[in-house]
Amino acid sequence: MSDSNYTPNSKLGKWFNDRLPLLTLANHLTDYPTPKNLNYWWTFGGILTFCLITQIVTGLVLAMHYIADTKLAFASVEHIMRDVNYGWLIRYVHANGASMFFLAVYIHIFRSLFYGSYKSPREIIWIIGIIIYLLMMAAAFMGYVLPWGQMSYWGATVITNLFSAIPFIGEGITTWLWGGYSVDNPTLTRFYALHYLIPFLILGLVVLHIWALHVPGNNNPVGIEIKKPSNDTVPFHPYIVIKDAFALLLFLIVFAFFVFYTPNILGHADNYIEANPLVTPAHIVPEWYLLPFYAILRSVPDKLMGVIAMFSAILILAALPWLDTSKVRSAVFRPLYKQFYWILVIDVLVLGYVGAMPAEGLYLLVARVATAYYFLHFLIVLPVLGWTEKTNPVPLNITEPVLAGSALATRSVREDKTEINLKSLG
Amino acid sequence: MKKFISTFIIILTIFFSQNSSISAETPKLLKTDWTFKGLFGKYDRASLQRGYQVYTEVCAACHSMQYLSYRNLSEPGGPEFTEDEAKFIAASFEILDGPNSEGEMFTRPAKLSDKFLMPYDNVEAAKAANGGAYPPDMSVLVKARKGGADYIYSLLLGYEDPPSDIKLDDGVYYNKYMYGNKIKMPVPLSDGLVEYGDGTLATEEQMAKDITTFLMWSAEPHLETRHKTGFRVIIYLIILSILVYLTMKKIWSRVETKI
Repeated sequence: MSDSNYTPNSKLGKWFNDRLPLLTLANHLTDYPTPKNLNYWWTFGGILTFCLITQIVTGLVLAMHYIADTKLAFASVEHIMRDVNYGWLIRYVHANGASMFFLAVYIHIFRSLFYGSYKSPREIIWIIGIIIYLLMMAAAFMGYVLPWGQMSYWGATVITNLFSAIPFIGEGITTWLWGGYSVDNPTLTRFYALHYLIPFLILGLVVLHIWALHVPGNNNPVGIEIKKPSNDTVPFHPYIVIKDAFALLLFLIVFAFFVFYTPNILGHADNYIEANPLVTPAHIVPEWYLLPFYAILRSVPDKLMGVIAMFSAILILAALPWLDTSKVRSAVFRPLYKQFYWILVIDVLVLGYVGAMPAEGLYLLVARVATAYYFLHFLIVLPVLGWTEKTNPVPLNITEPVLAGSALATRSVREDKTEINLKSLG
Repeated sequence: MKKFISTFIIILTIFFSQNSSISAETPKLLKTDWTFKGLFGKYDRASLQRGYQVYTEVCAACHSMQYLSYRNLSEPGGPEFTEDEAKFIAASFEILDGPNSEGEMFTRPAKLSDKFLMPYDNVEAAKAANGGAYPPDMSVLVKARKGGADYIYSLLLGYEDPPSDIKLDDGVYYNKYMYGNKIKMPVPLSDGLVEYGDGTLATEEQMAKDITTFLMWSAEPHLETRHKTGFRVIIYLIILSILVYLTMKKIWSRVETKI
């Protein structure tokens, strides 16, 4: 941002900007050269920022009415649902907002996987993103505990118990996490405090994520480095702003449908039963967005190894920029990688599905195969593909394929047959 | 590779269809024409009032509704008794209050601001009176059961003689919709159990429908506002999307790129 030679027009603006260059920042954000061929999969960054702000604002209001006490928590949530003005709306937006947040983040991550956005020089953006994702999972898990329903209590018990698998110090760590000898009031109050803290950590990391993004600039569907600014770019405002706004509105329609017409479909019925340490629910399942990792956890017979596998499944993503050895970023020019990409997508969906099912019989078998494949994809397929795959020719600038794909440019159809469909992932 | 993917999809299809056959073992829930379903769903006011009658004359003997207050009965979107009717209903219950200035607890008729009277002093007392089973609080019961209103309705009508291979202990009943089929609640409804003031015939199905509607309302007291607001919000978002889309097209027409 120091490369800007922007000077404000007004005297006051100049005086202020010399002391705190906020106007330079605003100018940078407005003019920020963005590849003009970004498709709609690129709009989820803006959508995610919106989701975070929504969670913080609705969460703030909920925190004004919620009581973190095992005897009062459930009743205070019912108080919000019944007696607080539009409390039902705020809570349903917050609860479904978490699901929407994860839906958007999964699309965002898989977009990055498809177009190789994690590759040099964007490794730091990617790693910050993984940290944000980890924090999101922590925040969502703790948030689910707060209503103190049956799934809250038993979910908290299952997940915190994972740490007891650590040799020697595991039991001690679990007791330390609980603040006692079982999930109880001290657990609830500390989860509440952490649930309030984490979103602000995420917010800080989002700033870093965007800052790191603005150094090399956006990747794009063609996956080549472009000159910025140039014929290949448009200023962020108004081009990208209006496009992000349009995509956000479409996203909000889906969001609103969940909030107003099926607000509880993504939750579990048992969480409307107040927590009871003496009654275990028939099936303890986490929220849908954690299911793939839950499936990995349960697919390993040994508890400690299961925990290691689960955390490795997330942490392996941080090593992705070095595991993927291919020089070509975008899957558009990688015919083999494209196939493996879709297999991975199906693999993760299968993991999510079996994660919701009882860990027995065929489900367990499928979970094991899918878990093995998940690691196989990152540890074997990606490095080997990078060395052996014969990629299609990559264009020199993005204008060329953009024109080739549009109606007015039949004249510039090339014989190297780079079939690029920029409108879709496929 | 294409072949591999299609094989994979076929395996998945088999896998999922097998799963659906597993879930088919539990009996299909009874369906009835709920007025509160759908985009414009509203509660049937008369049904809610009858449902309250069933609750107070039948269910309230064992089941509490701890999150409901008598004032809720006259609030918009609910049974909408008049305020006087709600006051009259409240006053028919004696609740414990205090301590007064002498330090004594005392009873008084309930007011609109009071919570529904609980049938038992505590969970243990409720269990002791019901053969060890706690009759669950019914405030959010519909949301706390998979299948929701359909499940509650089915359960109320799902009592039948046990199959010959199942032996039931005393005080345990067979219900084909209950998880594990054994339930400690005796058959709650029978034809003519209550006498409706509005002349509706109190059949078992009618009462089951009314009480379930009432329970749906108690679990989702703001459902009508939610549906109404939701419709407006979505219409607003659609119109705004169209306008933003047109603006976007206009702005991007300066660039020779399709979006």
